[in-house]
Amino acid sequence: MNIINNNILTILTFLPLVGVFFVLIVPGSDALAKNNMRYIALATTTVTFVFSLVMWSMFDATNVDFQFVQNHQWIGDVIGYRMGVDGISILFIVLTAMLMPLCVLASWDSIDKRVKEYLIAFLLLEFLMIGVFATLDLALFYIFFEGGLIPMFLIIGIWGGKNRIQASYKFFFYTFAGSVLMLLAIMAMYWQAGTLDIQQLLKFKFSPEAQFWLWIAFFASFAVKMPMWPFHRWLPEAHVEAPTAGSVILAAILLKMGGYGFLRFSLPMFPDASAYFADFVFVLSVVAIIATSLVALVQDDIKKLIAYSSVAHMGYVTMGIFAGNALGIQGAIFQMISHGIVSGALFLSVGVIYDRMHTREISAYGGLVERMPKYAFAFMIFTMANVGLPGTSGFVGEFLVLVGVFQVNTWVAFGATFGVIFSACYALWLYRRVIFGALEKDTLKSILDMSPREMVIIVPLIVLTIFFGFYPAPILDATAASVEALVSHYQAGLTQVGALVEVAH
Amino acid sequence: MVSDLTSFVALAPAYPELLLAVGAIILLMMGVFSDAKSGNTTIVGVAIGLLAVTAVLVAFQSEDGVLFNGAFIQDGFARYMKVLVLIGSAAALVLSVSTASDHNLNKFEYPVLVILASLGMLMMISANDLMSLYIGLELQSLSLYVIAAFKRDSGRATEAGLKYFVLGALSSGMLLYGASMVYGFTGQTQIDEIAKVISLGDPSLGLIVGLVFLLAGLAFKISAVPFHMWTPDVYEGVPTPVTAFFASAPKVAAMALFIRIVFDTFEPIAKDWQQIVIFLSLASMVLAAFAAIGQKKLKRLIAYSSIGHVGFALVGLSAGSQTGVEGVAIYMAIYLVMTIGLFACILALRTDQGYVEDISDLAGIAQTRPFVAAGIALIMFSLIGLPPLAGFFAKWEVFLAAIEAQLFVLAVVGVLASAVSAFYYLRVIRTMYFDEPNHQFINTPNELNVVIALSGFLIVAYAVVVAGPLKDIAGVAAGSLF
Repeated sequence: MNIINNNILTILTFLPLVGVFFVLIVPGSDALAKNNMRYIALATTTVTFVFSLVMWSMFDATNVDFQFVQNHQWIGDVIGYRMGVDGISILFIVLTAMLMPLCVLASWDSIDKRVKEYLIAFLLLEFLMIGVFATLDLALFYIFFEGGLIPMFLIIGIWGGKNRIQASYKFFFYTFAGSVLMLLAIMAMYWQAGTLDIQQLLKFKFSPEAQFWLWIAFFASFAVKMPMWPFHRWLPEAHVEAPTAGSVILAAILLKMGGYGFLRFSLPMFPDASAYFADFVFVLSVVAIIATSLVALVQDDIKKLIAYSSVAHMGYVTMGIFAGNALGIQGAIFQMISHGIVSGALFLSVGVIYDRMHTREISAYGGLVERMPKYAFAFMIFTMANVGLPGTSGFVGEFLVLVGVFQVNTWVAFGATFGVIFSACYALWLYRRVIFGALEKDTLKSILDMSPREMVIIVPLIVLTIFFGFYPAPILDATAASVEALVSHYQAGLTQVGALVEVAH
Repeated sequence: MVSDLTSFVALAPAYPELLLAVGAIILLMMGVFSDAKSGNTTIVGVAIGLLAVTAVLVAFQSEDGVLFNGAFIQDGFARYMKVLVLIGSAAALVLSVSTASDHNLNKFEYPVLVILASLGMLMMISANDLMSLYIGLELQSLSLYVIAAFKRDSGRATEAGLKYFVLGALSSGMLLYGASMVYGFTGQTQIDEIAKVISLGDPSLGLIVGLVFLLAGLAFKISAVPFHMWTPDVYEGVPTPVTAFFASAPKVAAMALFIRIVFDTFEPIAKDWQQIVIFLSLASMVLAAFAAIGQKKLKRLIAYSSIGHVGFALVGLSAGSQTGVEGVAIYMAIYLVMTIGLFACILALRTDQGYVEDISDLAGIAQTRPFVAAGIALIMFSLIGLPPLAGFFAKWEVFLAAIEAQLFVLAVVGVLASAVSAFYYLRVIRTMYFDEPNHQFINTPNELNVVIALSGFLIVAYAVVVAGPLKDIAGVAAGSLF
C-alpha cells in the first residue's frame, strides 16, 4: 500500500501508456480486433479513474502542502521529475480520469476507421493531461502542456468534419505561438530563481520588472488556451470540426489548463503583476461574457453555439481568479469542474443526435421530444446547468464568482450578470428549436431514442450535475484549504504594485 | 623547428585519423583490384565497419594532446564532435547500401570518398592552426564536390555538383583571405597564439575584417543565411543518399570548426563576433521559416529546414557561454539523428516509378505504409520542437543559453520563427495522415527499417533514455573549450 501511496501520481500518469502498449500489440484490423482495442482502452481508462478516486480518498484536504510528492533529478540539474498535488490540482485529475472512459464509450460505434490510431491518440492525450496537473516541475509542466498538441492536432485532422484541416491548423498555431513565449518565460525564471521546482518558485519573489514581462508571457499562453476573448478564434472551429469525444476533451479538460495555469503560476508567482493586470482581465472577461453570448445567439450550428457559450463561461473563471479573494477563486475552480461536466455532457448529447443524422444544423432538427423523450430530458438538464439554474452545478460556480467579484469591483459584477440572462436566451432557444416544436421533418420520423450505451454515458453526468448543484461540499471542501493558502500567499505577496506601475509606464 | 614526432606512441591522439587514412588507401586498392560487381558491397561494408571502429576508437581512447607543432589538437570537444561526424558518415553509407544502384552510386569510389571526406572533417575538428584548418576543410570539400557530381550522366546532379564546387571554392577563397588577414595582423597562424596576441591590445580593423571573412567562409559551409543559396539546389540535385550525407556529417564538422574558431581564437573580441553570429542566426531562422512554406519538393523543404536548424543551433552560439556551446553540442547530436532518420524514411518510400520527390507523393501513406509514416510524423513533430520529443530538448538547451545571456529579442524572434516553421512541417504530416493514398510502394529494405526504428526510438525516448547521459557528455565536451 505504501508503494502505491508514494507513487500514486506516477501510476496515474503513466497508466494510459500501458494501455497504448497493449492497443499497439493487438494484431489485425478486423471487427474483432477493433473491439478488443476498444475494450483495452476502456479498461485502461476505467482503471485510471479508479486510481484517481483512490488518490482523492487518500488526499488530506486540510493539509495545504503538496501531497504524494516525488522529487528526483532528471536532466542535468535543470529539469527534475517532480510530482505532487494540492487542493487546486487534484480535482482536475479526477475530472480528466472520469471523462476518458465516457469518451471511449462515445466513440465506440461512431469511429470505425483507423481505430487503433484513434485510441492511441486518446490514451496519449490522457497521459499528457494528467501529467499537466500532476507535475511540480515547470519544464515538465510545459512538456505535458505542449505535448498535448500532437494528439489533439491528429484527432481533429484525421477524424474531424469537413473543414478539419483548417480547424486543426488554427488550433495548433494559436496554441503553439502562445506557449512558445511561455517557454522563454520559464527559462528566464530558471535563471532568476535557480530552479524549476514549483514548490520553491512559489517561495521566490520576482522583481517587479521581471513579474511584468513574465506575467505577459504566461498570459499569452493561458489566454489562448482558456480561451479569453479576443484569443478565442480557434475554439469554435476546433470544437465544430473535432469528433464528439475530441470536443468533449477540448471543452472539459484542455480549456481548464489555462485556468489552472493562472491559478498555479500567474497569481501566486507574479502577485504584483496580477494585481496590476486584474482590471485588464476583468474587462476582457466581461467583454467575453457579453459578446460571445450574443454571438452564440445567432449560431445555426449546435456545436458552435456550445463552443461560444464555453468562451462566455470561461469569462467567469478568469474573472473569479483575478478577483484574488477566496470566494472568487473557489467559484472559478468550481465553475471549471462544473463546466467540465456540463459542456462535456452537452457535446456528448450533440454527438448522440449527430451519430443518427450526421448534421449539426439546428434547422435540421425540431420536435425531437416526440421520438426521444429520454434524450429530451437529459438535454434539458444540461441546458439548465449551462444556464446556471439553481439546483444544478452551473449555478454554484457562477454565483460564487459573482459574489467574489462584487467585493472587488461592482461594475464588473454588474456587467457579468448580463451573461446569465443571455445564456438563458441562447440555451433555451436552442432547446426549443431542437427538442420542441412539431416533428415535421421526414428524416426525423424514424429517429430512435438513446441506446443503453448512450444511457451509460449520459446518466452519470446527469447525476453529477444535480448532485453538485445541491451538495457542492465535496468539491469546495477539497479546494478550501489550498485556496485559502493561495489567497493569503497572494495578498502577502502584494508589496510592490507601485513599483510595477512605474515599470509599466 | 624540431619535430615532436619522436615515436609512434607519441602520435596516439591522432590514431583515429591515421586509421582512416590508411583504411581509405587500402579500400581504394581493394576496389581497383577486385571484381567490380561483387566487390562493391563488401567495400561499403568494410567502409561502414572502418568508420564504426574509428568512432569507437575516438570515443574510448583517452589520449588528449597537441601534436605536429601545435597544428593538431585532440580534446573533449573534438572527441564529441568526431563521434557525431563518424556516426553521421557511417549512417549515410548504411542508407546507400541497397539504394546505391538506383542512384548510380554503386562504384567503389563512393565509400572511399566518404571516408576521405570524413578524414577531412576529423582534421577540421582537430585543427589548431589556420593551415591545418584549411587543409582539413579542403580535403573534405574536394571529396564532397566529387561525390556531388558522382551521378555523372544526370544533368541535375552534375549541375548541383558544379554549383556546389563554384560556391564552395568561393567560400574557401574567402576563408583563406580572412585567414591571411588574421595572420597579417597578428603574425601567428596557431589558434591559441592568435588569441594571445589579440588579448594584448585593442583589435585592429584589419583583424576584424579578417574575422568577418573567416566567418563568412564558415557560414557558407554550415549554410547559414545569407550564404545559404547553394543548399536547396544541391540538396535537390544530388542523389538522395548523398543528400543524407551532405545534410548530416559535414554540417556537424563545420559547426565544430566554427565553435572552435570563435571561442579559441577570437575569445578576446567576443562582442564583435557575437553580433555576426546573432545576425546569421536571426536571418537563418526567419528566412528558412518563410522560404520553406512554398516548397513542393521534399528535398528542397528539408534543405530549408536544415538552414533553419543551423539558425537555431547558432542561437546557442550567440550566447557566447559554456552553456551555449553545450547547447549547440546537444543540438547537433539531435539534429543528426533526426536528419538520418528522415532520409531513411524518404529512401524507404519507393514506387514503381522511382523514389518520392514531391510532398504530394506522400499522400495517405499513413494507411499504406503506417510504419514509415509514423517515423516521418515523429521526426516532423520533433523538428518543430514539440515536447516530449528530442527536438524540443535541442531547442530548450540553446534558448536556455540565449536567455541566460539576456538575448531576449533573438530568443523571441527565434521561437516565433519556430512557430512559423511548424506550418510546413505540419503540411507533410497533413499530407500523410489527412489525405487519401495515391501510390503503391515497394517493400523497404531491412537496414532502412532498422535505421528508422532506431532514430524513432531515440527521438521518442530521448527524455527518458538519452537526455541525462548526453547532457553530461556534452557538458564535458563544452568544458574542454573554456
